Amino acid sequence: MDTYRSTNVWDALGDPTRRAIVERLAERPRAVGELAAELPVSRPAVSQHLKVLKNAGLVAEQPAGTRRIYRLNPAALSVLRDQLDAFWARALTGYTDVVEQPEQETP
Amino acid sequence: MTQTAATRIRKQVVVEAPITRAFAVFTERLGDYKPAEHNLLRVPIAQTVFEPRVGGHIYDRGTDGSICRWARVLAYQPPERVVFSWDISPHWQLETDPAHSSEVEVRFIAETPRRTRVELEHRNIDRHGPDWQSLSDGVAGAEGWPLYLERYAALLSEAS
Repeated sequence: MDTYRSTNVWDALGDPTRRAIVERLAERPRAVGELAAELPVSRPAVSQHLKVLKNAGLVAEQPAGTRRIYRLNPAALSVLRDQLDAFWARALTGYTDVVEQPEQETP
Repeated sequence: MTQTAATRIRKQVVVEAPITRAFAVFTERLGDYKPAEHNLLRVPIAQTVFEPRVGGHIYDRGTDGSICRWARVLAYQPPERVVFSWDISPHWQLETDPAHSSEVEVRFIAETPRRTRVELEHRNIDRHGPDWQSLSDGVAGAEGWPLYLERYAALLSEAS
């Protein structure tokens, strides 16, 4: 349960600043400084948010000279897909249990 | 893998139940089997209601009476088929823009009078996010699939 939660891309995107970062990176890759200049948060805060997004698999970084450029990870769609896949796997397991119970509870 | 395959999930189960019961349990007792963390309310869910008509909603009612309508019923054809929208955003909040919703179709096929195959497709998942598909070149390596497949496998073994 904890593992599910802490790595949850849905949670990573729950924060409005992180959502704003993702939206900007969807336009084009950007450096930390650029993001900080465009958003009403400090550069260290942007770095912190990028770390969360990176851990969730949503964002990837690459060095460019002295800077680090952040871009959306194209595998992010797969990540979202995996979350829903896991949801339905669990739901259908539960469903099978309920549907195969003896019918006494239903009129 | 085609683009379409990347934006949908397909699952199926075969259950030992007649088709009418398979359909009825899927819709009427959704709240009894969906994972508990599927809750957009601030309080525990008292009841999940699947309104059995096109234009109806699937909603959770919390113990304090609050209500969250997280799906719209788009097709309702008992005992064979049901389609509903998935109005839940990637940040696990209610998605109010239908253009950013995905869609779930469930089909029930009688294999025998006592056995039913249930096929589920959750499609248009890409509508939830920014334009993921346009991000063609990049780093689909270590942080992508393998890591998450591992977590998914762990989740499955936990659920079984």
